[in-house]
Amino acid sequence: MAAEPHTAEHLPTATGLDNRKLAMWTFLGSECLFFGALISTFLLYRKNVPEGEIIPSEIYDIPYTSVSSFVLLMSSLTMVLALAAIQRGDHRQLRIWLVCTAALGMVFISGQVFEFTEFIEHGFTIRSSVAGSAFFLLTGFHGAHVTVGILMLLTLAMLSSTGRLTQEHTLRVEMIGLYWHFVDIVWIVIFTLVYLIP
Amino acid sequence: MTERTDVDTHERAHPGPREYVKIAVILAVITAIEVAIFYIEFIKDSAAFVPTLLLLSAIKFGMVVLWFMHLRFDSRLFGRLFVAGLALALSLFIVVLLTFGVFFK
Amino acid sequence: MAVVAVPQRRSWPRRPTTTTGFVSWLTTVDHKRIGILYGVTAFVFMLIGGIEALLIRLALARPTTPDAALLDADTYNQIFTMHGVTMVFLVVMPLGAAFFNYMTPLLIGARDVAFPRLNAFSYWVFLLGGLFIYSGFLLGGAPDGGWFGYASLSSLSEGPGMTFYAIGLQIAGLASLVASVNFIVTIINMRAPGMSLMRMPVFVWMTLVVNFLLLFSLPILAIGLFQLTFDRIWLTNFFNPTMGGDPILWQHLFWLFGHPEVYVLILPAMGIVSEVLPVFSRKPLFGYAAVVFAGAAIGFIGFGVWAHHMFATGLGAIANTAFGISTMIIAVPTGIKIFNWLGTMWKGALRLTTPMLFSIGFVMMFVIGGLSGVTHAVVPADYQQTDTYYIVAHFHYVLFGGAIFGLFSGIYYWWPKFTGRMFNERLGKLHFWLMIIGFNMTFGPMHILGLQGMPRRQYFFSPGQGWDFWNLVSSIGAFIIAVSILVFMVNAVRSLAKGKAAEADPWDARTLEWTIPSPPPAHNFDEVPTVHARDELWHRKYAEDTEGRPAPVVAGAQDHHQEEHGGGHGIHLPLPSFWPLFAALGIPLIGYGLMYHWSLIVAGVVTLLTGLYGWMLEPLE
Repeated sequence: MAAEPHTAEHLPTATGLDNRKLAMWTFLGSECLFFGALISTFLLYRKNVPEGEIIPSEIYDIPYTSVSSFVLLMSSLTMVLALAAIQRGDHRQLRIWLVCTAALGMVFISGQVFEFTEFIEHGFTIRSSVAGSAFFLLTGFHGAHVTVGILMLLTLAMLSSTGRLTQEHTLRVEMIGLYWHFVDIVWIVIFTLVYLIP
Repeated sequence: MTERTDVDTHERAHPGPREYVKIAVILAVITAIEVAIFYIEFIKDSAAFVPTLLLLSAIKFGMVVLWFMHLRFDSRLFGRLFVAGLALALSLFIVVLLTFGVFFK
Repeated sequence: MAVVAVPQRRSWPRRPTTTTGFVSWLTTVDHKRIGILYGVTAFVFMLIGGIEALLIRLALARPTTPDAALLDADTYNQIFTMHGVTMVFLVVMPLGAAFFNYMTPLLIGARDVAFPRLNAFSYWVFLLGGLFIYSGFLLGGAPDGGWFGYASLSSLSEGPGMTFYAIGLQIAGLASLVASVNFIVTIINMRAPGMSLMRMPVFVWMTLVVNFLLLFSLPILAIGLFQLTFDRIWLTNFFNPTMGGDPILWQHLFWLFGHPEVYVLILPAMGIVSEVLPVFSRKPLFGYAAVVFAGAAIGFIGFGVWAHHMFATGLGAIANTAFGISTMIIAVPTGIKIFNWLGTMWKGALRLTTPMLFSIGFVMMFVIGGLSGVTHAVVPADYQQTDTYYIVAHFHYVLFGGAIFGLFSGIYYWWPKFTGRMFNERLGKLHFWLMIIGFNMTFGPMHILGLQGMPRRQYFFSPGQGWDFWNLVSSIGAFIIAVSILVFMVNAVRSLAKGKAAEADPWDARTLEWTIPSPPPAHNFDEVPTVHARDELWHRKYAEDTEGRPAPVVAGAQDHHQEEHGGGHGIHLPLPSFWPLFAALGIPLIGYGLMYHWSLIVAGVVTLLTGLYGWMLEPLE
C-alpha cells in the first residue's frame, strides 16, 4: 500500500525512510557484486591473448578516454543540479539539467562506440582473445547501464514537460540520480583499473 | 528557506549548487592528475604508481558517493546497504583473484 | 514557481478492478494470491522433478550394460540435470518464496509488501523462466550439463540444451533478485508499530537473511551466465581452454552464488521450524536471540565457504585449508540452532500434529545431513567423497530431509490459514511416516554406495561392483516417497472440497497471523496492530499465573478495535494491474530471440518497454 507515490510520502514507515529510496540503495548494493564480477574477470584475463595478438593496453587512447571520463563526471554534476532544481521547485531548470545530463551521457556513449570501432578495426574484438571478451563484456554492460539511464532521464524530462512530473515526484528524480551517479562511479573504477593500471 | 537558524549547520546539512560545482572541479582536477602521472615516466614506472592511482580513484569514488549521492547527509542505513555490497564484492573477488595468482606477477 | 495542476487525462487502458475469476489471478497484486501462485506452481514442478527422480531410480534399480540401459546417456544427462535444476530453482526456492509472500506481511502486521506490482512481476518472470528452461525438451534438447553447468562442457556442448539453461536461469534469477529488493524493503520498512527487529518472528528474520543472500549472490551468477551465453552464442572465450579461457572461473562464479544459494534453500525451512516447534511445545522458542544471530551468521559465513565445492580442482593447499576451516566454522551456528530447537521441545507439552512431526523430522534429518557435510569439510576425506553418491546422500538429507520436510511442516501448519479449512490429521500422519521411511530408504544407502565408490552422474552401473542391493533398496524407497506425495494430494483435495472450516487460531498459536480470519480478508488486518512483545498473540491470550504457567486472559485475543472500525471499510488497497505480466512476457521473447531470430529480440524489448512504461504511468485509481 505504501508503494503508490501519491500516498507513499505520507504513509509512515518503520524507519521513516521512503520505500523507493531504500529500494534503490538496496539495488545498488547488489550492482556492486555485478560489476565486481565483470571487473574481476577482466583483471584475470587482461593479458590473455594468443601469440601475436594485441593486448588491450597497447591500443588504448588514454587522452581520448580521459575526455570521455571527464564528460561522465560532469554529467554527475548536471544530474545533481537537476535534483537541486526540483527540490527548490524550479521545474524549468530541472528539465534543462536533465537534458544536459542525458546529452552528456550520449556523448559518452558515442565516444565509446567510436573507440570500440577503432579497436575492432585493429583486430581487437570480443572474440579475438579472452582479454577481448572480458574487456567488451565489462565496458558493454557499463554502456548498457548508461543507455538505460539516458532513457530514464529523457523520460523524466518528457514527463516534466507534459506536466506529469510534479513537486510530489522529487523522489523519482532522486532515485534516477542515484542510479546515474552509480554508473559514474563504476566508470571511475573502470577507468583506473582497466585503462590506467598497466 | 529563510530560517534564521545557524546558517553554518544549514549549509553543512544540505549542499547547494555552488558546493556541487566545487566538488565537480575537484573531481576534474583529480582526473587530470591521474592522466598526468600516467604520462610522467618516472612515476609510471615506480612502485608508487598503482597505489597512487587507486587512492586517487578511491577519493573520486568517495566524493561522488558522499556528496552527489548525498550519503554524507542521509540516513546511515543507506550507507550500510551500499557498503555491505561493496565490501562483499571487494573481499570475495580479491580472494578469487588470489587463487588465480593474479596479484603475484 | 507555483505548479499549475494539470487535470489528469483519462488514461487508457483503465486499471482492472475485478478480484474474482481467472483474469483476476493474472492481474493480482495481492501478496497472498501471489504466494498461492508460487506455491501451486512450485508443487507442479515438484511433481515433474519427482518423476525425473523416479526415472533416475528406475534406471539405476538394477545393474545392467550400456546397451540395455533404461535411459541412454544423452537422455539420462537431461533427466538428472533437469531434476537438479527443477528441484533447486523451480521447487524449493519458489516454495520459500510462496511462504515469504503469503506470510511476511501477516507476520509483521502489514497490509502488503512494499511494491505489490513488482511482486507480481517477480512471479510471472519466475514462471516464464521455468517454462523457458523446460521448453528445451520440445525444442531440441533440455539442459544436459548438470545443474551446476560446469564449463567448458557447458560452454561447448552440442545442442541447445545448455543455452536454455544459461538464458532460462538468467530469467529466473531476475525474478528472485527483484523479489529480494522487495522483501528487504518490506521487512525493514513496513513493520507494524512496536515491532522492533528483535520482536519479529524468526521466520521473518530468516526471510530477511535469505533475501540478502539472494541480493548479493545472484548478480555473480548473472555474470557467469552471461559469459556462458556469450561463449555459446557469440563464440567468446571466457571458458574456452584452447583460447586461454579458464573453466575454473566458471566454478568460482557459480559457487560464489551456489553456496549462499544452499542457505537460501534451507533458511526458510529453518524459519518455519522455529515457528512450529514453539507452538506445538507450548513454549517460547529457546534462545530467540541466539537463533536469530545464528541465522545471520550462517548467511554471512555462507559467503566464505564456496570453494569447498572445488577442493578437487587444484586450488592449492592454502586455499583448501582456508575453505576447509571456514566450512567447519559454519557448522557452529547451525549447531546452535539445533540445540535451541531441542531446548524448545525439552519439557514442553508436545502435541504431535502433522506439522510438528515434519518439524521434528526436519531436525533429525538435517542433523544427519549436516554430519555428512562436516565430513566433506575435511579436505582429504572430500577427495574420496567428491563426485560419489556420498555427496548425493549429503545434499538430499539437507535439501529433502531438511528443506522439503520443513516446507511441508509450513504447508500443514498454515494450511488452515491459507485455505480456511482443516486437513485430515490421519492422512497427514500417513504422509509423514511414508515419507520419512521412503526418504531414508532412498538416500541412507547412498552414503554406503558413495563410500563403496559409486560415481555420480552415470546412466547405468555394471554388475559385480557390489552396489546392487543398496541401489535396489534406494529405488524402492523412491517409490514409497511417491506414494506419500499422493497421500498428500488426496488430503489436499479432500480438505479443499469438504474439510472442516478453520477458525482464526486453530492451533492456539503465538503470532499475529492467527488474529485474523482464515482465510484472511484482502486487507489482512482491520486495523494495523500495535506490537508490545515478541509472540504478540501469545501475550495477548495468556498472562502467567503465580507459578509461571500460562493463564488465559479473558477475550485477550479479541482485537477490540475491530468492531469500532467496522471491519475494514475505507482501507485503500492497491488495484490489480496487468502490466507486470505484460512486461514479464517481453523477457522470454528476448531469450528466444537470442537463440533464434533478432525479430524476437525486438518484439521482446518493445513488449518489455511498453509494459514498464504502462506500469509507471498507469493511474493509481
